[in-house]
Amino acid sequence: MSPTRTLAALRFGCGLPVADGSPDGPDAMLAALAGPDKMAEIWPIMGLAESRPLFLAFRAIKGEGKQDPALAAKREALLLQIGAQAQQAQRATFARAVDARDGFRERLVAFWADHFSVVAASATATIYPFALVEDAIRPNLTGNFATLLTDVTLHPAMLTYLDQISSVGPNSQLGKKQHKGLNENLAREVIELHSLGVGAGYSQQDVTEMAKLLTGLVVDPADGTQFEARRAEPGAKRIMGKTYDGDGLAPIKAALADLALRPETAAHIARKLVVHFVADAPDAALVNRIATAYSASGGSLMACYTALLSDPAAWHPAPQKARQPYDFLIASLRALGITGQALQDMPYKHFKARFLDTMATMGQPFKRPPGPNGFAEAAEEWITPQGLARRITWAMQVPDRLVNPLPDPVELAQRCLADRASEALLWAAAKAEDRHQGVGLVLASAEFNRR
Amino acid sequence: MDRRAFLRGVGVLGCSAAAHPFLSTVTLAGSDGGRPLGDHRLVVMILRGAMDGLDVVQPQGDPDYAALRPSLLNTQAADLDGFYRLHPGLSGLMPLWAGGQLGFVHATSTPYRDKRSHFVGQDMLEAGTGMDVPLSQVKDGWLNRLLQTQAGLTSETAYSIGRDEMPLLEGGAEVRNWSPETILLLSPQARLLFERVYHDDPLFQAAAQEAMELADAGEIGMAPTPKIRGGVKIDDIEKLVDYAAGKLRQDTRIAAFSMTGWDTHRGQAAGLAKSLARLQHAVLRLQSGLGADVWGKTVLLAMTEFGRTARENGSAGTDHGTGGAMLLAGGALRGGKVYGNWPGLREADLYQRRDLLPTTDVRAWAAHTLRRLYGIDRAVLEGAVFPGLDMGADPGLLL
Repeated sequence: MSPTRTLAALRFGCGLPVADGSPDGPDAMLAALAGPDKMAEIWPIMGLAESRPLFLAFRAIKGEGKQDPALAAKREALLLQIGAQAQQAQRATFARAVDARDGFRERLVAFWADHFSVVAASATATIYPFALVEDAIRPNLTGNFATLLTDVTLHPAMLTYLDQISSVGPNSQLGKKQHKGLNENLAREVIELHSLGVGAGYSQQDVTEMAKLLTGLVVDPADGTQFEARRAEPGAKRIMGKTYDGDGLAPIKAALADLALRPETAAHIARKLVVHFVADAPDAALVNRIATAYSASGGSLMACYTALLSDPAAWHPAPQKARQPYDFLIASLRALGITGQALQDMPYKHFKARFLDTMATMGQPFKRPPGPNGFAEAAEEWITPQGLARRITWAMQVPDRLVNPLPDPVELAQRCLADRASEALLWAAAKAEDRHQGVGLVLASAEFNRR
Repeated sequence: MDRRAFLRGVGVLGCSAAAHPFLSTVTLAGSDGGRPLGDHRLVVMILRGAMDGLDVVQPQGDPDYAALRPSLLNTQAADLDGFYRLHPGLSGLMPLWAGGQLGFVHATSTPYRDKRSHFVGQDMLEAGTGMDVPLSQVKDGWLNRLLQTQAGLTSETAYSIGRDEMPLLEGGAEVRNWSPETILLLSPQARLLFERVYHDDPLFQAAAQEAMELADAGEIGMAPTPKIRGGVKIDDIEKLVDYAAGKLRQDTRIAAFSMTGWDTHRGQAAGLAKSLARLQHAVLRLQSGLGADVWGKTVLLAMTEFGRTARENGSAGTDHGTGGAMLLAGGALRGGKVYGNWPGLREADLYQRRDLLPTTDVRAWAAHTLRRLYGIDRAVLEGAVFPGLDMGADPGLLL
């Protein structure tokens, strides 16, 4: 296996081994990305449109006599259905990453899902984080950042998570009548986290104006995002030197598109891509080249990925990143030969205990980032004494519940690390007291946990 | 981080740092037998998400307060001193207040201004630097820089506890980092092999080494038993506090951990009550866990990145603001008092006509605590630990 092929799978993909014929270099990876999203077809996850019947049924009984036991039972049953759908989405997300030939696509999806972090706030919202990925992220993965930003910002998952639905223009019809006002949570994060970045030259005034502009957006449980004029702050809003006026979604979309096209956004997105895929301390020249590609193409994400993958600096042989807990588990599953189907067939309590609970103890509760800024990137944040102790313990205890018999540790090292397995690791894997220990050594090794 | 990296890290702090002999060892008044930091204990809690100081320590004596907080105003809040009232979520701490073991600072903040980003605000709170130093150039937290000025530290002196990173304690001085429920069982042969496998990667090597030492010390956790009190989940915070108390009863002098749940943009009445219940439980649990003797030598500082808007927002919550409050507790504290200067709440008194105006630097309160607790020189505090800080007059925070 060529070093490029190994790096393609480790640094830009979901790990080794990969199926024969998987994209193994920049051109093939970009071509696969431009092609159909096969994993989304094989392991479907419902978006909000498909979930509409459930939400409609829920809405129909909401607020109706809570004392009625028949309705209460129906409500419980619907909640269970929604919960089951979220569980299915968890497994499908894992299955896609484990099965994908086009591992780069799954990594990009995870990158954007983190960039646009949302957390489910209630039992009915448990599918929101997954629906955001299906509705707004995957379809826009290779498109234009402005569209991605707009679709994410207007998605019920984001509007709910960052409190936009409770923001009311103080001078709007509803605001005046009920003395309600702004909630600037989403407005701030759209600017600070999602587009310009905190280092950009915006002010509190820009945040406040953005909050005014976003008023009117509400979420109907069944019908999704709506615009209610009676909640919208009247008058023109001035954001980053541009004025937006008028009712409805058009001025909001215009402002988001303008934010997307700003050079600060280009620099912010470029830097985040390099930090995520290449190095915690990014090469400024590489960042600049991607930012230039972003700006020159008007925010084309494909242009950014092309600039990233075609740059020799991105293929620096020394690994400078640590796999995050999710990536560690996905790569371990691949190494052990576990398929998406096996994950589907496993009792849910096992799936939860072996993967989801593990991720939480490693500091990365699945789909529950600590805040809208997502999870940390730096290797030092993850390879802590307790973080590493968790990886070692998982690597020594869980694999034998997944595969029987356990693989030969040396062969495992060669399969999942190819030319990156060190002499010391191959030596130690052969010296292990038993296969549990040997497999543990390989999966907890520095080589396996670096990319 | 090695010493050279440390020097590089503080090099950017400029002449204020260079002018002070912060690298020289500080001899502790009353420190015996070479034990670092003497007998006093410091616990720092970072309240992540921006606690609303105006709701926790309510200035109900201010004529403008009620109008700013129409739905959040709480008439059941217990009177503290005739001007301030305490949020009912902390009512269980009133005996501590009466005993002089609970205090607050109001209208205080870090030097961070205007962008009101949680993430930058927390970085700044933990870096302990001012707006003049780019955060990207700060390589360590203020509590670690304090340790860097001390001689004779052991690996047990300071603990960062929990799964969250604590930049406050990161840096060149050795600090233990552990999450109480971690389990690591390795045979002697497995250890040897892991040592070999990690040998060439310093990050993995150091993390594994420390994990094995901690596992040897018997830091093996119990099975999680979810514990709910009054509808509030407390087992996670209880574990952190119990672990900290266990360490502090022995050789550990400094412990830090964090609590989230303070970002109350919406429905603040319910959200804040929950977080305060957790905070209250943490304080009381620490008190009982330490025992009277050690609690008597302890100060707990609970600090947050900034306060929240003076006015309630449109959804019975508050947005990111500036001036906030800090909670202090412990037997070494001169409590029963709300420290700080009250700026008033008329629109013209507010910072940018929106936030409580900070009248003190939150770092100064921490600095005075360190000075009294450990006898650290003012020059070291203003030069190395909190570069560029003017501590001002001694407020007499400690007994």
